[in-house]
Amino acid sequence: MRRSHSALTRRRFLTGSGALAVSAALPNVLFARTGGSARLVVVILRGALDGLAAVPPYADPNYASLHRELAISAPGAADGALALDHTFGLHPSLAFLHERYSAGELVVFHAVASPYRDRSHFDGQNVLENGLAKPIGTADGWLNRALAALQRGGGRSGERAVAISQNVPLILRGDAPVISKSPQMTPDIDEELLSRLADLYSKDDWFSARLSEAVQTEKLADEGANPAGQAAAPKPAAPDRVGGVARMAATLMRSEGGPEVAVIEASGWDTHANQGGATGALAQRLAGLDKALRALKEELGSLWPQTAVLVVTEFGRTAAMNGTRGTDHGTGSCAFLAGGAVRGGRVLADWPGLARTALLDNRDLRPTLDLRSVFKAVLNEHMRVDARALATRVFPDSNGARPLQGLIRA
Amino acid sequence: MQTEIAVLRFGLGARPGELAAAAGDPRAWLMAQVRAAVPLAGNTPLAPSDQIFIELLAARDEREQMKAGVAAGAAGEAAAAPVFNPVREAYLPHYRAQVLARAQSAALTARPFAERLVHFWSNHFAVSADKGAVFGVAGTLENEAIRPHVNGRFIDLLMAVEQHPAMIAFLDNQYSVGKDSELASLAARRGARARAALPDKPAREFGINENLAREILELHTLGVNGGYSQSDVTSFAQIITGWSIGGGKGRLAGGTPGRFCFRENLHEPGAKSFLGKTYHEDGLRQGEAVLEDLAGHPATARFIATKLVRHFVADDAPPAAVERLARAFHKSGGDLPTVYAALIASPEAWDADARKFKTPEDFVFSTFRALDMSPRQPEEVLRSFELLGQRQFTPGSPAGWPDTSKSWDGSDALMHRVLWASRVAGRYTLATDPVDLASSSLGGYARPETVTALRRAASSSQAVALLLMSPEFQRR
Repeated sequence: MRRSHSALTRRRFLTGSGALAVSAALPNVLFARTGGSARLVVVILRGALDGLAAVPPYADPNYASLHRELAISAPGAADGALALDHTFGLHPSLAFLHERYSAGELVVFHAVASPYRDRSHFDGQNVLENGLAKPIGTADGWLNRALAALQRGGGRSGERAVAISQNVPLILRGDAPVISKSPQMTPDIDEELLSRLADLYSKDDWFSARLSEAVQTEKLADEGANPAGQAAAPKPAAPDRVGGVARMAATLMRSEGGPEVAVIEASGWDTHANQGGATGALAQRLAGLDKALRALKEELGSLWPQTAVLVVTEFGRTAAMNGTRGTDHGTGSCAFLAGGAVRGGRVLADWPGLARTALLDNRDLRPTLDLRSVFKAVLNEHMRVDARALATRVFPDSNGARPLQGLIRA
Repeated sequence: MQTEIAVLRFGLGARPGELAAAAGDPRAWLMAQVRAAVPLAGNTPLAPSDQIFIELLAARDEREQMKAGVAAGAAGEAAAAPVFNPVREAYLPHYRAQVLARAQSAALTARPFAERLVHFWSNHFAVSADKGAVFGVAGTLENEAIRPHVNGRFIDLLMAVEQHPAMIAFLDNQYSVGKDSELASLAARRGARARAALPDKPAREFGINENLAREILELHTLGVNGGYSQSDVTSFAQIITGWSIGGGKGRLAGGTPGRFCFRENLHEPGAKSFLGKTYHEDGLRQGEAVLEDLAGHPATARFIATKLVRHFVADDAPPAAVERLARAFHKSGGDLPTVYAALIASPEAWDADARKFKTPEDFVFSTFRALDMSPRQPEEVLRSFELLGQRQFTPGSPAGWPDTSKSWDGSDALMHRVLWASRVAGRYTLATDPVDLASSSLGGYARPETVTALRRAASSSQAVALLLMSPEFQRR
């Protein structure tokens, strides 16, 4: 018993309060040790990213006339796109992603969408996260069901995933235990109070489980930020929110026995008015995202070669600029898969074109790839989730969305 | 437990003596609160939205001048200077005052059920202060559009909200322009002349913005499964072109500054079809007629009923209760006190075991009430909600804050609550026995083990922290 208690120490939790009984409300060690296993970070962009701005199809003959002043020029022009191939580029704010592309560590998907075809953010995000073809029908998320499948298959037990947030988003909710941790610092809380709360919660399963998770997560964050043998260096305050979130994810994943899966959320992509082009509101958001991804790689350090980072949004935006120099809710968008584990340097797009007749409902980029085909491939090739479990429990009714092949380095 | 349920679940948590006051007839205690408007309790002075918008316009001018100055001056020097945003500076004191006033009202009100309903509707019709253009007016929508109508008819509430300048600005409708409007036609003719002179200059095109129309349908009235299509969204957006804010510049000149105004010259003319019905051209009235039909639509009744039941009964709204409220809504023509009466008459709402996990707002406001304190400085409130993850008036999306436990019950969130509770307790001077405090704030919900823990606490501040973090205080 002694040993497991010390493993539960939240910083100096309990060490100064030997007189207090340690409650049974704090169960066994949550994290087992892992070796060089795969790491996965899922970044959810809430609000619907304009894929035609993030990954401009500069060579499409209808692009500039539809997207007008929001369009990104061809590579080589002033403020032009960063070249990917002869059709597509990256928004000039995405310098880090472009470096990864050149290093063969980024796959860019275009004309992708979840199975959702209406235009509500909230239902769209539900479908993106619940892994079904419809917004309601389950209270858990596909990433959690994938983790549950791994554990049923004899994988590591305990919390393998973390949501970098105070609360757990739908994609990670479900039977497999997960933790949440926000980058906001929680200074030391009086240890004696925590110990007494553990007692007070002993008859309430829900509260006692949450408290023990929180205590354990704090410890991981401490270790990751301050590995054994290294002096604690004060971190500068995070200059931007999503950057701080990305750093926190990396810190936890780097810690011994830390989670292999992390979910990050970034909002502010709902650009109905004054979206801007190569500069402006969306450009700034994209630059923040790019910087956060760079920070993630830097902080992951030696884990980067075994990491895949998946960046997705609930749907795209209208192909044409609206009346207020923005874009309204659409359908097809782009997605990114980056990381040292990724077989990248490629754009995967069955491009439907932006001709009037090619657009969905006369307005949106028509999706030609189901995002679940990407999710399945990453979960199977990278996380080693059984293909049968993926086709049944994780993504029910997804026969139409066959997994892509060869996204991850062998 | 009927009294505790009335005060803790329907209300905002018990102030000292409140359980006793409600004990005689808890249902009558609730019903007495849902008549007439619900003004702010407390006395923090607040500026009205039109005045704040006028200050904003002046600040925008200043910002333009600054930009011009920077462009003219030495670039290096300007880049090193700290960023000063006149718009934010103009807005900040208003935002802070609104946050403080709201918290004081929640802490002090003698009509906590009505106040909770104000919060409910404010979240239903959410505007988010993280959009720069509405930062300083986000709180005015609650005070100016919701408080007067929370105990009236739904259509009056709906109309006041959709014609409030904060909502118009939040969902971008002031710039939405009909393609065949006077303004667009004029611009097209000018454009044609300009192109004759300067063939390379692109024509300025006007068009609609769907944002407000879509969210009225999806979030304010019918609900996402309410049976409308994309073409209904587009058509409704055309119908409400011209719904704008007075006192702008250029094409937005005219109208009473800072007030809702209908701009005929932006309005798409002609009859339009919406949900299978034709609405003839009637200027502002065309959109108002649609809102009236939406308010009377059965899908709206069901959607509102579901949200009310989710808020007051359980995350998974029991269908029988939803049905009862929807019927009351529909039969009364959207008379809100009739709907509230149906809620109070629902046995599902009085189940002593079915308790909801408190949101950070619930937790903070019920703490203020339990400890009989009211914040004096905006910082106290701002820092609290920053820490607990519910920055006031900033849900980040027009859908408002989520209203289910799963959205708030992360382990990290719990740790932040512990931290906040211990800080509040550390500053609080306990004047009574902590067991009495448990009794005045929780009544029969106080568990024996909590009472024991309070008796054994090492200090009075530890006792207060334990009480606030007890499972029974964390639920309502």
